[in-house]
Amino acid sequence: MNTPSNAMRESFDSQVVAPAAMSATRPMYWSVRRELWENRSIYIAPLAAAAVFMLGFLISLIWLPGNMRATSALDPAGQRIALAEQYSHAAMLLTLTAFLVGIFYSLDALHGERRDRSILFWKSLPVSDLTTVLSKASIPLVVLPLLVLTIIVAMQWIMRLLATAALLMSGGGAGTLWTQLPLFQMELVSLYGLAVLALWHAPIYMWLLLVSGWARRATFLWAVLPPLAIGVFEKIAFHTSYFGLLLEDRVFGFAAGAFDLKDKSGAPIDPHFIPLAQLAPGRFLSSPSLWVGLMVAAAFLAAAIRLRRYREPI
Amino acid sequence: MTVIEARGLRKAFGKTIALDGIDLRVEDGRILGLIGPNGAGKTTALNAILGLTPYQGQLKVLGRDPWTERDRLMCDVCFIADVAVLPRWIRVSQALDYVAGIHPRFNRAQAEGFLGKTTIRQRSKVRELSKGMVTQLHLALVMAIDARLLVLDEPTLGLDILYRKQFYDSLLNDYYDRSRTIIVTTHQVEEIQNVLTDVMFINGGRIVLNCSMEEFESRYLELMVHAEHLAQARALKPIHERQMLGRSILLFDHVDRHQLDGFGDVRTPSIADLFVALLGNQPGNQAGETQGAAL
Repeated sequence: MNTPSNAMRESFDSQVVAPAAMSATRPMYWSVRRELWENRSIYIAPLAAAAVFMLGFLISLIWLPGNMRATSALDPAGQRIALAEQYSHAAMLLTLTAFLVGIFYSLDALHGERRDRSILFWKSLPVSDLTTVLSKASIPLVVLPLLVLTIIVAMQWIMRLLATAALLMSGGGAGTLWTQLPLFQMELVSLYGLAVLALWHAPIYMWLLLVSGWARRATFLWAVLPPLAIGVFEKIAFHTSYFGLLLEDRVFGFAAGAFDLKDKSGAPIDPHFIPLAQLAPGRFLSSPSLWVGLMVAAAFLAAAIRLRRYREPI
Repeated sequence: MTVIEARGLRKAFGKTIALDGIDLRVEDGRILGLIGPNGAGKTTALNAILGLTPYQGQLKVLGRDPWTERDRLMCDVCFIADVAVLPRWIRVSQALDYVAGIHPRFNRAQAEGFLGKTTIRQRSKVRELSKGMVTQLHLALVMAIDARLLVLDEPTLGLDILYRKQFYDSLLNDYYDRSRTIIVTTHQVEEIQNVLTDVMFINGGRIVLNCSMEEFESRYLELMVHAEHLAQARALKPIHERQMLGRSILLFDHVDRHQLDGFGDVRTPSIADLFVALLGNQPGNQAGETQGAAL
């Protein structure tokens, strides 16, 4: 039986436990929400890109019945690629938007709070520097890919429904659109592609995050000029450009690493429709350059955390 | 219980010594005013206490080392560093949501109660608020946190007299409960004289004066002396003498009040006057600079 004092001790204990239980995930959750409040471009830019694309798509529906007649003359594989074109353009546009938003976000993530001195407010609260910097790193690595994937899926299904309506109104059949366009499969490829990009570009984002936490001003110049200087130095001193190639590979190398760009017959695949068989997750995950990149990213991230923790805030 | 204990606290930026071996002990329930000219080391001392800067020497805040145990310390310590630090993009409601989300000791209803007494609307963004309102908001957030130590570094800088008065009134009436500890630095010394329980003068990284207000009142006396008694009064060795409206004002340390009877009007000096007396004529402190900076 609970005596009053037992009950009191229990309620006291639960109060003591609550903050401890809270410390793990809640500060992280609220820190990510905080980033979304501050940087509304994280969702506004992809939504705006989607809106512009959808407007163009709506207008293009005028020509859809005629295009469908031309498409039906093709063989099934050709039909699929022709049908998939607009849908994959939507996915590519949104992926590119996410990349650009991620770049600009990371470049400002740890600089903005020092510029407006609000870092003193954030540091007056019991949120560790680890949590804060991880929440900022999660925006380009987790939040943007998931957000953009959601938008891509929503767009593609709305597009297919609109196209179906347009075809039915024009008196044609919309059957091909549902039998020859494997949207679900394309969305799996989008999921894979976004995950690959996040992992592959992680060192770029983390470098920008580190610069944003380190540079007092002109973050863009500090992010861009040192790599450029190294490249130019190498070119002048050794007449080679390995560093430039390394950077180029870091931006574009994911394609060759994570996809089989040629099908079994050796013909290059059409980027508008990538069959699941062309994904090469095993090769990607076992490639040394992925893991070297991730280790570099982790080092940049650790440095950014240390910098926020141990440097004078302003 | 001791809230802050420092021994030989030292901090140098290059060749500039910001803190030159400070010994400090603050018990709970005190309201300590940290007074000093610009560059005296006030902010450095506060930053050390808040774990924002590394230091040499011993320092414990609530029994913890603020530099290595900062994350845990910040559950029990709050600070307002300056009026400008609330992010300009945040909405009042978002600020409440966020602090409620991350702070285990935040009482949202209480913060909303404080805000209800102001004209601040929850939909507003900080950038739409006046400077005084931003401080009110910050104070409302901080007062709703059940912290053991509150550090205020120039909290009323740039505010008009109404907001400044209101700030300290709410702090005393709605927050201070004799178990919490408050450290405040300000240049508006006169306005907080009646708020403080302890006062500390700091200059050149050293503590010049450290006493409770009771001790301050019993120890220091100011005499507006009649001209005919000036020589007698001077014989009692005042620590400072100044002229005002043609009369001499003498400041005494450790002089019996009865000895001054009949010499003129005797009263407790203001902290500001004592500050000028103790620091105004030190080498390296030009009087104008000190007055301009500290008062």
